[in-house]
Amino acid sequence: MSTERQEAVLLPHQQDKDHLLDLYRKMFLIRRFEERAAEAYTQGKIGGFLHLAIGEEAANVGTIVALRDDDDVFTHYRSHGHALARGMDPGAVMAELFGKTTGVSRGRGGSMHLASLEHHFWGGYAIVGGHIPLAVGMALAHQYRGLDRVVLCIFGDGAVNTGAFHEALNMAGVWKLPVVFAVSNNLYGMGTAIERSSAVTEVYKRAAAYNMPGRRINGNDVLQVEAAVRDAVERARAGEGPSLLELVTYRFRGHSMADAELYRSKEEVEQYKARDPIVAFRRRLEEQGVADAGALSAIEKEVEDTVEAAVRFAEESPEPDPGTIFDYIYVNP
Amino acid sequence: MADITYREALRQALREEMLRDERVFLLGEDIGAYGGSYAVTKGLLEEFGEKRVKDTPISETAIIGAAVGAAMDGLRPVAEIMTINFTLVAIDQVINNAAKIHYMFGGQFRCPLVIRTVGGGRRLAATHSQNLEVLFAHIPGLKVVAPATPYDAKGLLKAAIRDDDPVVFIEHSLLYSTRGPVPDEDYVVPIGVSDIKRRGRDVTIVAYSRMTREALIAAEELAKQGIEAEVVDLRTLRPLDMGPVLDSVARTNRAVVVGEDWRSFGIGAEVAARIQEEAFDELDAPVLRVSQLEVPTPYAANLEKLAFPGSRQIVEACQQVLNIQVGAPVAAG
Ligand SMILES: Cc1ncc(C[n+]2csc(CCOP(=O)(O)OP(=O)(O)O)c2C)c(N)n1
Ligand SMILES: [Mg+2]
Repeated sequence: MSTERQEAVLLPHQQDKDHLLDLYRKMFLIRRFEERAAEAYTQGKIGGFLHLAIGEEAANVGTIVALRDDDDVFTHYRSHGHALARGMDPGAVMAELFGKTTGVSRGRGGSMHLASLEHHFWGGYAIVGGHIPLAVGMALAHQYRGLDRVVLCIFGDGAVNTGAFHEALNMAGVWKLPVVFAVSNNLYGMGTAIERSSAVTEVYKRAAAYNMPGRRINGNDVLQVEAAVRDAVERARAGEGPSLLELVTYRFRGHSMADAELYRSKEEVEQYKARDPIVAFRRRLEEQGVADAGALSAIEKEVEDTVEAAVRFAEESPEPDPGTIFDYIYVNP
Repeated sequence: MADITYREALRQALREEMLRDERVFLLGEDIGAYGGSYAVTKGLLEEFGEKRVKDTPISETAIIGAAVGAAMDGLRPVAEIMTINFTLVAIDQVINNAAKIHYMFGGQFRCPLVIRTVGGGRRLAATHSQNLEVLFAHIPGLKVVAPATPYDAKGLLKAAIRDDDPVVFIEHSLLYSTRGPVPDEDYVVPIGVSDIKRRGRDVTIVAYSRMTREALIAAEELAKQGIEAEVVDLRTLRPLDMGPVLDSVARTNRAVVVGEDWRSFGIGAEVAARIQEEAFDELDAPVLRVSQLEVPTPYAANLEKLAFPGSRQIVEACQQVLNIQVGAPVAAG
């Protein structure tokens, strides 16, 4: 069992050009998608809460791409990035944000509750910590059925102070379940800095309490994240049990669209923005000769078009039929 | 008398009680540095410091449990649970501890605790828009308050803080910016006293929280049709003061009970049952209920609009108990 800080060792396929460009494309897609969602929100086309992960794209993408298609994802309400990285259709995700019947949850859930059975994307949940036991239960089912699928469970640094986190990780540790817990530690739970809410601020150290490996990873380096999650996933697949990964990152925007950000300084935010994970990865790709500026701009242009098409699709889609309001309450009403 | 918002009225109550009594302190998520998720506690950390205004981890069980323990030792904690949906995480502490401690130990211990929380919401989907007051109103040992106006909000919160029993104080997210007159001098509104908010001879509308406002709007609408509705605001759900309701029904002989909760086993069911038990001979028509459609709250704007009750449904229910055809013109008189 290791609870040391580690640099993940990069994997052979991570040298592969197509893979690297795919990572870049996904991160850029998430950024543009969320910037456009923010605009739509200010225009009143999206309602309620909208939680953006701008700044956290490396953690969003690095976790998801480490999975096999038949592995499973449970996540929280800040999950546009996870859904898009998983290959869910940007139009259908945007339509969900708009509350349209073509949305991934048929307009019932909105931004906080994205889901796709086809993508083994078992939902974004908005009661903090509430989905962690579900991930453990699905891992139990995989073990029970003798399947080699692995469950990835994503949540924030704030969620580790819930009872659900403690109960679920302990159970996963006792039963050696095939589940990977990935904490997006963006240093704040809403307006509360981690030092003000957690007695142990290095989340990965908590793994020791559940007899599982814990690792702290630079969550702004997509390759580090991917390599670490792959390790943990393979470990789980081999029957060696769960892991806790702490991905240290930062959100550039407020907690939700309605956040005056009284709890942190503009200088702090600017400091992190200067280390933008997308900009850094782009520079690296250029410096290492993976792609030149022209090729990267072409990817960006293609993503812009995809996002514009997604917004158009969401706008033009119909609202749910009022006659369906009682659908989906029961399987057998 | 000043015209202030519901939010400001609540803040004044907290501040005045903190100044009045050293034992009063606040704890909850993001009530301090963030400024309160609905800004009720804004400025109190700056004024009273961290000893009296405690930002907590996302740990509802420990927030309420710790508040119970501190209350047993003679402090007067005001625990804020960010929304009523999150009280479910800690329902054990509310129902098995707070509500039982005085009784179960033969009256030796007291639990002078206030749990401030918020119901209602718009475009927040199924887990963030619930009106769960009935869960608490069901429990002997709890007092449950749900004010509709700034005057009542301030007076009832002060009464709750001074009360020696656990009080669940339920605010409404859509009332925070509503305004009303509040006296400059110290006052309390006693817990367990219903209030007639509008006089009328034709039909009694019983409501609480935001539905009281909707009932008053409905009453104006009905007045244009020559129907004079009396509006009784319960203000406290437990202990339930049926006196003004029964007096009113004795004069109007008809009643409509309005809640934003779901119909089955809801507040309306209780009030309707009490009316028929205690005033059966006064009734000229069955008591009707107006409530939320029995569906988890949908995110899509058009479905959500169908799900929540408002003044239109109240008007229709009043017309129905008066045996007036819905939509038909009503003769004045
Ligand atoms: C049980 C519960 N308590 C409180 C909330 C309100 N809330 C929503 S998100 C949040 C902060 C969560 O922080 P973190 O887990 O770090 O995730 P992040 O938002 O930073 O991605 C809070 C307090 C909630 N949704 N559920
Ligand atoms: Mg966080």
